[in-house]
Amino acid sequence: MNKTVSKKKRSNASLDKRKARAGYIFVLPFILSFLIIYLPIIIDSITFTFNEIKVIPGGGFNLEFVGLANYQAALFQEAGFVPTLTEGIQQLVFDIPAIVIFSLFMAVLLNQKMVGRAAFRAIFFVPVILSTGIIESIDASNNVFMNYMNSEEAIETGAATGGATQIISAMDFEVLFENMKVGGELVDYVIGLINDIYNIVNRSGVQMLIFLAGLQSISPAIYESCQIDGATAWETFWKITLPMISPMILVNAIYTVIDSFTSESNSVMTYISGIYSTNDVVSGAMSWMYFLLVILIIGVVAGLLSAFVFYQKRD
Amino acid sequence: MNAQQAPKVTKETKNKIRVDFERTPLLERLKAKYLSLFFLQNVVWVIFRLVLLIGLSYVILYPFFSKISGSFMSMEDFVDVTVKLIPKYPTLDTYAQIISKNGYFSAMFNTLILSVLCGFVQTFICCIIGYGISKFKFKGSKLIFALVIFTMIVPHKTLQLSMFMHFKYFDVFGIFNFLGGGVFDWLKIFDFTSINLFNTYWPLALLSLGGLAFKNGLYIFMMRQFFRGVPDELEESAYIDGSGVFRTFIQIILPLSIPMMITIFLFSFSWQWTDNFYSSLFFTGTGIKLLPSIVSIPAGMETVYAGQQLYESAILNTCGLLIILPLVIVYLFCQRYLIQGIERSGIVG
Repeated sequence: MNKTVSKKKRSNASLDKRKARAGYIFVLPFILSFLIIYLPIIIDSITFTFNEIKVIPGGGFNLEFVGLANYQAALFQEAGFVPTLTEGIQQLVFDIPAIVIFSLFMAVLLNQKMVGRAAFRAIFFVPVILSTGIIESIDASNNVFMNYMNSEEAIETGAATGGATQIISAMDFEVLFENMKVGGELVDYVIGLINDIYNIVNRSGVQMLIFLAGLQSISPAIYESCQIDGATAWETFWKITLPMISPMILVNAIYTVIDSFTSESNSVMTYISGIYSTNDVVSGAMSWMYFLLVILIIGVVAGLLSAFVFYQKRD
Repeated sequence: MNAQQAPKVTKETKNKIRVDFERTPLLERLKAKYLSLFFLQNVVWVIFRLVLLIGLSYVILYPFFSKISGSFMSMEDFVDVTVKLIPKYPTLDTYAQIISKNGYFSAMFNTLILSVLCGFVQTFICCIIGYGISKFKFKGSKLIFALVIFTMIVPHKTLQLSMFMHFKYFDVFGIFNFLGGGVFDWLKIFDFTSINLFNTYWPLALLSLGGLAFKNGLYIFMMRQFFRGVPDELEESAYIDGSGVFRTFIQIILPLSIPMMITIFLFSFSWQWTDNFYSSLFFTGTGIKLLPSIVSIPAGMETVYAGQQLYESAILNTCGLLIILPLVIVYLFCQRYLIQGIERSGIVG
């Protein structure tokens, strides 16, 4: 008798409490594996950078504490690390606006009603699925092949077009812009971007998807009222689309940083994994330093952008 | 305009009337429609858009075209300067050699098992975790979401070494070490102190089960955003009808989230399929062969001649094409769901 009472009491726990318990059960797999697998891996990965590893032939390994020696080795003995790092970070900082603006532009285009929209969308998301992992690493060593394929075309047509690797001749543009007296660095930047378009298109697939999702979530009623009030498409974009999509710009900027600094094609990552085969502990120290720098960049980007983000009040 | 005039109405028969409108002539109407600045602007914009999209599509697809044409070229074509994209002596030899010498089909079968396994497990686990984070308020739910984002930010390359160590000498909190006599010599229940999980599917299966595998943070994030868009009233009405939390999840929420789950399955399947970080870390040559390991020059195709470098990179590219061929077929059928699923998620920061 007593048992049934207590059982009844437990099943009468408030709905909030029961829901909280259910919530714990739902996230349990993550908590468990985070504690059992991920946390030891993270902690070890950090402690390894302060130690030297000696593998025992019978199985297992020994650690020897060496302090900051690995970090010193990474910074001062590996000649290529610091230049590669600064160059990689610079590249990252320049790539963020390019990828975000390009993917926003393409998402706006692909969101309009037109003939063959489904086909274009399918083509633009091909790189998300197909140009990853092993394909990316084959492509990285592919310069000879691609140049050959392109140069053949040039012989045939007699033109100086270089196909995918060099879409416009940089010379023409430089001359054009020099006559217009626009800032030289900006011109170089834009030319670099246009010649790098294949890379940028390849890396902005997921961002395009996120922007498309955002564009779909803007209520058509707002656009309709704009049209009735006589706003042009240009005004509508700057006054409606951009503020409404600004949370997505923040998400995408951060995603771009994360994605491009964890990708295989990244020059710093390639360098670090090159070091890994000869000196694994130093490569670990390098990648943690790189990680801290990128966290810093993410913080700066998030801080700068969140000042301009507009949140529509919703409950 | 004389459109102000009332239309002429004539009675034809008892039940029929005829209304004569003063219509503007056809030529005038066409002029008004097509000779305006508005129309011109539209035409220019449509053409510009079409050219831009076709150009960019070309940029995306061109590497694939050149790889495909390179895969059909024979050795002579690479030294012949007059050969353009279309080979003079087309051959299927490259394909045949890779398939027979590099063990393509067994590698594909192994990868298929692994990718399907990881895809299903990751989709389901990320769905559960995303649901738990988005729909329940409990202590530490924000912390768990922060941890999910953290796993997304830390690159797996950084953890390469310690992952290697952990799965080569796999142990749970030192329990195996303890029971195997690693701490006390007399206590020897197991005859091993750690398990070597290399060359098995276990490392990836364990990572998938915990939502820690490649890009799982992104999937959990996407699921969370999707569930945030699902109205709470749906579940509340189910609770009122007497359904428990888990029954509600299985019978109401899961069927609802199938488009999103297909999207995530597509991502995890195809990213696992082409992944070469984990497959080179956990599968060390002997034993199970996965698709990335077929990327090599098949035995008997090494030659030394003028076009050697090109020939070899064409062979490697053909390997790449063979790897993504099944993915292309999957993508052709499923891309509709990919875009739909993302659109429905309504990711809002």
